[in-house]
Amino acid sequence: MEVASPEIEEILRSVSDPEIPVLSIMDMGIVRKVEQEGERYKIDITPTYSGCPAMDTIGDDIKAAFKQEGLEAEINLVLSPAWTTDWITERGKAALEKYGIAAPREKSVDKAALLGEKNQLECPRCGSKDTKMVSRFGSTACKALFQCNDCHEPFDYFKCLK
Amino acid sequence: MEQKALYDYLLLLGDNSAILGQRLGELCGHGPELETDIALTNVSLDLFGQVRNYFQYAAKVAGEDATEDSIAMLRLEHEYKNSLLVEQPNRDFAYVICRQFLFDTYHQLLLNELVNSKNDQIAAIAKKSIKEVDYHYDISSTWMQRLGDGTEESNKRLQDALDFLWRYSMELFKPTDTEIIMAEMGVGPDLETLRPVYLERVKDIFLKSNVIAKEDAIFQYGGKTGTHTEYLGYILAEFQYMQRAYPNMQW
Repeated sequence: MEVASPEIEEILRSVSDPEIPVLSIMDMGIVRKVEQEGERYKIDITPTYSGCPAMDTIGDDIKAAFKQEGLEAEINLVLSPAWTTDWITERGKAALEKYGIAAPREKSVDKAALLGEKNQLECPRCGSKDTKMVSRFGSTACKALFQCNDCHEPFDYFKCLK
Repeated sequence: MEQKALYDYLLLLGDNSAILGQRLGELCGHGPELETDIALTNVSLDLFGQVRNYFQYAAKVAGEDATEDSIAMLRLEHEYKNSLLVEQPNRDFAYVICRQFLFDTYHQLLLNELVNSKNDQIAAIAKKSIKEVDYHYDISSTWMQRLGDGTEESNKRLQDALDFLWRYSMELFKPTDTEIIMAEMGVGPDLETLRPVYLERVKDIFLKSNVIAKEDAIFQYGGKTGTHTEYLGYILAEFQYMQRAYPNMQW
């Protein structure tokens, strides 16, 4: 991803997903392009899910963050190439884990859990690998709900989307 | 002429998702259990996200004063082009799952073709949507098996649902004039060629679910050309209420 300058990157890094406040939109991989046109910055963002209600808020938050620095931002929603969880940075994945959300793994993890097979998903709280899926959907479209069989705590898993 | 066909095609694509999304939305807070309630409303949310992509594009194609909301909310019943299948009511959970499975299997096949559309915007929407629809298919096809291979009662209910809904399945593959034009232009697929693959896939799941599709079904057609079952009017009464009562309202 090309960003105009370190200053611009810093502004974008200050904006986070309203539903996962620890995850910057830069680490989420949804900022696709930034172009400068005079005083105006044209920013391409891509939705995680088609119906993600956070996208409008994120667009407004970017505009507000730019305005605070005396700059103007224009938001453009691009669909292709489609977002994948591979675009979440390592830093982003670490932030998710620390926040208590298991970071996306391979697609097979989701499938194995559904079919009741042994999965390799670790509990983000105690690190146990003995976990089970409770629900394919959690509090948002991008998450599934799991539970740890050792510490018994429920936790969110950021679903793999490829 | 081509613009008109493209506009109509976007409605054909979007209306199925809009009406099915609305049907699933009715289950919000009314699902049989929390897990399925959340799953079905999330599927609904995905479908509405896809509808917005289609209708925002349709509004550009239509020009003038058209907006995604006016296209979604301000048409009359006969102007909706959704298939009869998606407007059928949520009689019980088996009907919901069976309807979803019959549609998801088609939707997945369709989007797999649309990702190669010569229309870049439709291809982009399809590439985004297919990832979501793969997940929908996983849910509905596994629930088919859980119900069909579950108890005597759940199997009976699923068979009842299939007996009722199967008659609406073949409309998905009968091309309208618009779909024929779009196939010739390389924008959409030739639906007839998808039918045998569809039948193979659904019959495989029927087998695993211990249910049988009626051989002598009398297939019903009409939704895609605006002739709907009685249910659509009731759906629209609720769906359109806010825009009709408070024109141009926004959240």
